[in-house]
Amino acid sequence: MNDNNIISARNLTKKYDKHLAVNDLTINIKKGEIFGLLGPNGAGKSTFILMALGLTEPTSGTIRVAGFNSTREPLKVKRITGYLPERIGFYEDMTARSNLAYTAELNRIPYREIDKKIDEVLEIVTLAENKKKLVKTFSKGMKQRLGIADVLIKDPQLVIFDEPTEGLDPKVANQVLSTIQDLNKNRNITFVLSSHQLNLMQRVCPRVGILSSGKLIGEGSVEKLGRRLFGGGKYRIEIELEKVTDSTVEKIKKLDKVVSLEKTGKHINVICNGDVRQDISRIIAAEGVLMTRMEMKQDALEEIYLRYFKEE
Amino acid sequence: MRSILTVYRKELSDHFSSNRFLILLGLIYVAGLSSTYVAVSNIRDVASALDEHVFLYLFTTGGDVLPSFLTFISFFIPIIGIVFGFDAINSERNSGNLSRLLSQPIYRDSVINGKFLAGITTLAIIISSIVFIIAGIGLFSIGVPPSSEEILRIFFFIMICVVYGGLWMGLSILFSVTMNRTAASILTAIAIWIFIMFFLPIIANAIANAMVPLDGASMAEQIRNYTIENSILRVSPSTLFSESVLILLLPSTGHLQLSVVSLATTDVSSMIINPLSLSQSLLQVWPQLVAIVALAIICFAASYIVFMRQEIRST
Repeated sequence: MNDNNIISARNLTKKYDKHLAVNDLTINIKKGEIFGLLGPNGAGKSTFILMALGLTEPTSGTIRVAGFNSTREPLKVKRITGYLPERIGFYEDMTARSNLAYTAELNRIPYREIDKKIDEVLEIVTLAENKKKLVKTFSKGMKQRLGIADVLIKDPQLVIFDEPTEGLDPKVANQVLSTIQDLNKNRNITFVLSSHQLNLMQRVCPRVGILSSGKLIGEGSVEKLGRRLFGGGKYRIEIELEKVTDSTVEKIKKLDKVVSLEKTGKHINVICNGDVRQDISRIIAAEGVLMTRMEMKQDALEEIYLRYFKEE
Repeated sequence: MRSILTVYRKELSDHFSSNRFLILLGLIYVAGLSSTYVAVSNIRDVASALDEHVFLYLFTTGGDVLPSFLTFISFFIPIIGIVFGFDAINSERNSGNLSRLLSQPIYRDSVINGKFLAGITTLAIIISSIVFIIAGIGLFSIGVPPSSEEILRIFFFIMICVVYGGLWMGLSILFSVTMNRTAASILTAIAIWIFIMFFLPIIANAIANAMVPLDGASMAEQIRNYTIENSILRVSPSTLFSESVLILLLPSTGHLQLSVVSLATTDVSSMIINPLSLSQSLLQVWPQLVAIVALAIICFAASYIVFMRQEIRST
């Protein structure tokens, strides 16, 4: 195993009766990165997470977290890994402090250090003033932040976060993502985020993996995935004209930064390595054709995601 | 081991601060104190006619209106067991706590073991406290201190009560592991309890009467009818419990099998040593005790195995 990898899965397979949840998955997640795990429901993301935590055994293959075999050494894995499930639960009739103290005790943190640790983690998630409040009085955003405090109690090397921004309003979602980025930067904690909110994922995840039917169908930086899909170009410009003529198409094709061009009816899709909208506008104006729409997309994760599943 | 203790302490604190604990404790105290009042009044009236085990009559004597403490406790123990176990696992799962709990560095069995032990401890505290209160009231009001043998009999009685409660708790934990909804698990456990308490005796009686009709039956046939009915009833943990605590707290009752015969032939009762010593009583109830312990272990082991094999997902 490479020392730079915090998660290393080799030919990982999980089968439930006849259903193949994870199919021969090989993936490496590097230490200190924020990795996004994407895929539709039933793609195998949760099963992969469960196997990483040692909560379910793979049918075949191996998965290691920080060098520990998750199947054989689950306690060692869980000691350094924090997990925030999609629907995080707390004991509602207990205070935030009591909930965290319980987690701290389960993690064998010495009693004399528990209070100090709780104050420290609540400060990070800006919940210090609410530590004596019952969790049932907390909003969803506060619970999510308490969840982050809960995983920080054990000083994790890795945090696996299932749908970190699900059900949160944009402001709170941004706060949560900012906290994740800060923790990654200041404490060098590796984050694996599993989410459907692709725009938010793109904001924080430099590298993503796309799962479909238990298989990894794409892995790498958002830019790399985009280039692969968009024929090597960084941008995609969608143009809608009243009438598409051959001379217009030829002139756009000849522009310096244009990599490729695709014509469908009244639509032209231009793949390029720079912003050539002004040049295109000039050509179209010179041709005397009415342009009804022009839009540029920069390898957006959502685009990549949708294109992958379109290709699938 | 430390993680079991952590779960145990948390669960114990949850039980003690829960409304269900206070309600059950209140009900048992009311029932126990009322039956003790009746028992004390009746014992005073016939104190001179009673044998050496006067103190034990506090637990077994009832009145015309109120039954004995033993009858009350036989009724309440399954309820306590069910109430402290029916939502042990499924409520954790439904609230999203289970996946968070199991992602901590603990073995999975720490959760179920800690919960079971906390439930048993709560049950033991409830039963012991009411038994000690009754003993204290008895000591004060009838003025006869318990002999060492009576103390031992009371100790074994508490132990049997705890194991019997553990059986019902194990069963309700099994339902809490296998059923997602807490309402379904409590209703199933209560349905089984109702069947065992109220319907099984009717069914056993009907089967026995169908196999050996009692109309114009000879003594041998009556005994055969009783044996069939009793054999069927002994499938029920409630019967096993009643038999064992009755022999333990009423040493004068004598042999289980002969007690029915003595109803018909008074001379038979003189054939056995009466009252039984503690060791003889324990020997008498040993099969019942082993059966109750075995059933409790089976119920808990089943819930343990199912829980260990379950996949825990947050959604």
